[in-house]
Amino acid sequence: MTFGQVLFEALESLNSNKLRSGLTILGIVIGVAAVIAMLAVGQGAQNTILGSISGIGTNVLFVFRGNDQADVRNVRPLTEQDAEALSDKFAAPSVKAVAPILQGSAEASAAGETTTTTVDGITPDYDEVRNYKTSEGEFISEEQYLGYASVAVIGPETADKLFGRHEGLVGETVRISGQPFRIIGVLESKGGGAFGSQDDAIKIPLTTARSRVIRRSGDRVDLLMIEAADAASVGRASEEVAQILRTRHRNEIGKDDFTIFSQSDFIQTAQTITGVLTIFLGGVAAISLLVGGIGIMNIMLVSVAERTREIGLRKALGARRRDILVQFLAESSLLSLIGGLIGILFGWLIALAVGRIAVATGNAFAPAVSLNAIILATLFSTAVGLFFGIYPANRAASLEPVEALRYE
Amino acid sequence: MEATKLMDEQVIVAQDLTKVYKMGETEVHALRGLSVSVRRGEVVAIMGPSGSGKSTLMNILGCLDHPTSGSYTLDGEEVSALRDDQLAEIRNRKVGFIFQSFNLLSRATALSNVELPLRYANFRQGRKARARASLEAVGLGDRISHHPYELSGGQQQRVAIARALVNNPAIVMADEPTGNLDSKVGGEILDLLLTLNRDLGTTLIIVTHDPNIAANAQRIVRVKDGSIDEGGE
Repeated sequence: MTFGQVLFEALESLNSNKLRSGLTILGIVIGVAAVIAMLAVGQGAQNTILGSISGIGTNVLFVFRGNDQADVRNVRPLTEQDAEALSDKFAAPSVKAVAPILQGSAEASAAGETTTTTVDGITPDYDEVRNYKTSEGEFISEEQYLGYASVAVIGPETADKLFGRHEGLVGETVRISGQPFRIIGVLESKGGGAFGSQDDAIKIPLTTARSRVIRRSGDRVDLLMIEAADAASVGRASEEVAQILRTRHRNEIGKDDFTIFSQSDFIQTAQTITGVLTIFLGGVAAISLLVGGIGIMNIMLVSVAERTREIGLRKALGARRRDILVQFLAESSLLSLIGGLIGILFGWLIALAVGRIAVATGNAFAPAVSLNAIILATLFSTAVGLFFGIYPANRAASLEPVEALRYE
Repeated sequence: MEATKLMDEQVIVAQDLTKVYKMGETEVHALRGLSVSVRRGEVVAIMGPSGSGKSTLMNILGCLDHPTSGSYTLDGEEVSALRDDQLAEIRNRKVGFIFQSFNLLSRATALSNVELPLRYANFRQGRKARARASLEAVGLGDRISHHPYELSGGQQQRVAIARALVNNPAIVMADEPTGNLDSKVGGEILDLLLTLNRDLGTTLIIVTHDPNIAANAQRIVRVKDGSIDEGGE
């Protein structure tokens, strides 16, 4: 028999029992749609997270205290002196600017409203390193930093919560942990990100923060952000920073008590996490595809049993083992292929719907149906049809013509 | 020379056929050294009570089953030792089957049903024309696109006969061909088979219980206890 005839007979056979074929196909549709939608959600999550990491800037390094990779005792804190040492143009020529940061959260209140928000104690270099701009007013100046000034730059989301607006706020007063700060600027919106909204924050001078809001012993800071001279010198800057900190902290060789992260490190970590997430989601969805495959096997076994006489007749008329095998495999693969194609469409619609819902609830998140996922789902569902069709088809092909013809 | 000519005339030569079924521990001897031959163009009736080995003999002569031992030459080819797929090909080319219950594919039209053996023979050119000619030969030229459920029992059996003949087989095996039909229609079907035998020279082997049908055959082979019952004729 030619391929066309096989296909035609398989279609004819599936068509003769529409409800049964339809329900079997539905099982595959659900499985494939779930796989496509889940992979799209995973991919979308990855895109969003990677996008927000890219927003940090390509030439920024983060230095944290402590080190997971080595067994280090006597971990020294990062200090403002460390920051100053790193700013030395001769010791670290690839470093353009250093921004030590104190991070904490505090209650902010104004005009009768109260909210808990992130409070960052920063230095005047911060805006340059983080590439922050103000939509109105100024950033914290050197004088304000050195003078322990009670001034604050407020994020637009926090401003909305406290004042119901994020314009015309310069000169207003906000209370942080009960102490009054004069607003000198409003941050430009950066949008939501993987680490929470960057717009829900208040920036105050590091000196003021240490003495009045976020108490830390000595002159320790939580985090150093370092801007390299350009994207190409990030690696060199990282080396220089490590060298200086090793000397200052008297670390043994191979036992740094600090960790330097670059943007590409973050991207790598995020990719690992979202990759695992995507595999997990896809795996859960694949189980439903497996169930659909078992449905195919089930219905094909019923079909083989029902058509035993037909198989016997075909064999009597000269059908070889292979002819019967191909006939039943064609039916099961056709079931899964049709299910796969409809499933891709449905999965894509689900992904679209998830994207719409995400946008409607204020999360910038776009599920991405990738060509890879479509190819994977099509191949996988056809393979499921073939795999779960083999046993019933083989059973049909192995029937003895005499026995099959006698079957009632 | 004499031998080959004799062989050529004999379309079926079966010698010392035995068939043993294993039912668990016990062995059932369905055929015990049965020998039978059929000349080309002959009409032979195979008769015998149930359990006589009649069905087993029909299955082996129709190449649906292997004998346990013995030799079987069909149309000049030794087939007793062939593999299943080779037997399928022999059935396709040399044997036409007519069953008591017609065994038509209900989804397919009369034409498609008759085409089926040609499809398995990978016959491409003129397949439909040949199937149509076969249907016309059994008097169903005006019913080619009907489905089995749109045809009467007699018409369905005619489709089955057309299907059995479409490959120009060496033998046609008819297993109780009139068993599901009333006597009038059954008579018509039997007449059709005999006419085809006369006109086309088809070798016809009819397996039946009915002495009236067997009476139309040129020869009756009676099977009893797995052997030919010599005394019965």
